[in-house]
Amino acid sequence: MDLAKLIGRRAVQLLVVLIVVSFFTFLLIRLLPGDPTDAIIPFGTNEQKQQLREDLGLEEGFFQQYWDYVSGLAQGDLGHQYSSGRPVSDLVEQSLPVSLQLMIYAQIIALLFAIPFGIFAAYRAGTRSDRALNTSAFALLALPNFVLALLLSYFIGAELKWLPTSGYAPGWLDPIFDPSRTPDIPEHIRYLLLPAITLAVGQIAVYMRLLRSDMIATLQENFITMAKAKGIPNRRILWRHALRPSSLTLLTVAGLNVGTLIGGAIVVEVIFGIPGMGQKIGQAIFSREYVELQSYVVVIAVLFVLINFLIDFLYAVVDPRIRRARATT
Amino acid sequence: MPERPPETALVGEIESPEEEIVEESIEGGLLGQSMEIRAGAVYAGGEGRRRAPGLGFGAWIAVGWMVFIVAIAVMAKTGILTWGDAEESFGSCARKGPIADEGTASGFLLGCDSNGRDMIPRLALGAWTSMLVATGGIILGFFIGGSLGLIAGYFSGRKTKFAAVLAAGFVGGVFGLIIGGVFFAVVIGLDDSLAGIIGVIGGAVLGGVAGYRKGDVDTYLTGVFNVLLSVPAIVLALSLSAFLLGSADEAAKGGGLPPEVVLIIAIGAVTIPLIGRISRASALSWSQREFVLAARAQGAKNGRIMVREVLPNVLPAMFSIALLGIAIAIVAEGALAILGVGVRPPTPSWGNIIALDRGNLFKSPHIVFEASILIFLTVLALNFLGDVVRSRFDVREGGL
Repeated sequence: MDLAKLIGRRAVQLLVVLIVVSFFTFLLIRLLPGDPTDAIIPFGTNEQKQQLREDLGLEEGFFQQYWDYVSGLAQGDLGHQYSSGRPVSDLVEQSLPVSLQLMIYAQIIALLFAIPFGIFAAYRAGTRSDRALNTSAFALLALPNFVLALLLSYFIGAELKWLPTSGYAPGWLDPIFDPSRTPDIPEHIRYLLLPAITLAVGQIAVYMRLLRSDMIATLQENFITMAKAKGIPNRRILWRHALRPSSLTLLTVAGLNVGTLIGGAIVVEVIFGIPGMGQKIGQAIFSREYVELQSYVVVIAVLFVLINFLIDFLYAVVDPRIRRARATT
Repeated sequence: MPERPPETALVGEIESPEEEIVEESIEGGLLGQSMEIRAGAVYAGGEGRRRAPGLGFGAWIAVGWMVFIVAIAVMAKTGILTWGDAEESFGSCARKGPIADEGTASGFLLGCDSNGRDMIPRLALGAWTSMLVATGGIILGFFIGGSLGLIAGYFSGRKTKFAAVLAAGFVGGVFGLIIGGVFFAVVIGLDDSLAGIIGVIGGAVLGGVAGYRKGDVDTYLTGVFNVLLSVPAIVLALSLSAFLLGSADEAAKGGGLPPEVVLIIAIGAVTIPLIGRISRASALSWSQREFVLAARAQGAKNGRIMVREVLPNVLPAMFSIALLGIAIAIVAEGALAILGVGVRPPTPSWGNIIALDRGNLFKSPHIVFEASILIFLTVLALNFLGDVVRSRFDVREGGL
């Protein structure tokens, strides 16, 4: 019953967000002063401008335009890129899997490092090594991801020549969206390693500190004392007994962090020349493809809301306490 | 055995609404930058961290750095001390600098950018632009988000007619405009402006009535914050500034908003819901204290209690959040510049110095790295100061 209530609440929230986002992005193009076609294709021919006017439905009434726009979105019509005439949905299909893979790798790397560090810091709470870890986490938080991206591509990419600093090779997710791409996993990993590390570093700091404080609390519980009394080795206590009850907040935050990750990925992709959504957004801004940009904003916002919805749902299934807390607030 | 600090409570373990208030924390970040922001009247500081009597050595260094940056920025902007012309190009110095492939040029300590412009005045002026945009955006966000959060937090769980009618009326008006407008214009076929007006008024009245009956302003404002937060912040900032800058560029070339103002609006807009939620949490926990009850018992009006009793207590925590916020905004300015929606050249900002010469990273890395180091140190100093302020006003650590 709690679950049904939660889903109901979330569905309403989803609908509200979708209405607001679609109206906001719809308004954006109308923020351009004068004739939007002059702003979008200043050097276009009159025919192109007429075409654009029809595509945007500028000839019709305001609300009719919005309605057409929303129903178009609902059918997956994201408009066209004006310089090439390609449908934006094609571009999304090509670039979205790239960004998704990058974000998944970043999340994996972040958890891979944050969990051992967090456990270690909690185990050694208050000691010099704990403080050293805390201080480095603090410094890492102050390191903007674009700065880190530039540092890594200069030192690891250009000076040491270990990894490429730009480019991309298709991975396991690309063929699902675009069958013509054949995956080349080793190359794929090589190209995505630096950007994924860049994205992961900030998250490592956040996750580590989070796990550390939860873990310290868990280590004071009676069942840990009990386990120690039974003579179970420390390593086993930490990984088997203490980690699981301490990791709920970590997993929640890791899920909710998708928004941060999306934002980070946009910037990092531009710097590393990875043909994901971020780079497409950068190009759209550069070449003033406002319709294309508008569509990317919608796609990202909708995906983000859906992901949050999904995460919430999953947690509610996994943990009944959350179900109750979220259904009431 | 020490009691488990409240900041470590699991999400599902929230036992009372009161505890949840204290828990308001936004982990993760804004604009793609990882950050830790925590707020509430009661904090639990790091375990084992002793509070030094003074500000501490590190804090003084951080204060010193910020004074240095602000002083340089103000001097460069006002022209008291300029260290040369930020616009003038010296062809012989182009792309030369401390770690550049082409070597250094004498007379230019930090080298020059790809156009042969001296880095020192550019970085100094860039400090002004970056700080201006970041501080302006955060002030805007605080002004709107902070006051909304204060109202929401103060009236949480308390009936209020006036504020609730306003908030619910606003929310209703917006949805009335969208849904009602579409309904009346598309389905019934009314004129656009007529449909819009009917929609807004109808929605606002419906919302207002609902607000009057429920009297729960907190629910509406929190709902608005949550909806705004459900769009990734950088996407919101990016699209706002891209389209506003696009209009500024097109509007008779210079007729629109200056890029700095656009960035301030964009950063302010995305921080409103964030700051709103944090200040709500803080205001809520303070509003449940005895002195607020005492003030009410003496017959003080809500407005007075909010401004005279709750606000002064909320401010210190908010000041710490503001320092963190400025740090985030400096990073945001850089990220937006790299994406092509930053401050327009020739005006230098730390972000657009990096964005302009990103292509010369491998041959002339000094250009990008000098600006990066300044951003890093400034963000570090602000984060550190934010932390210091937070622990200074920490009720628990303060020895209650």
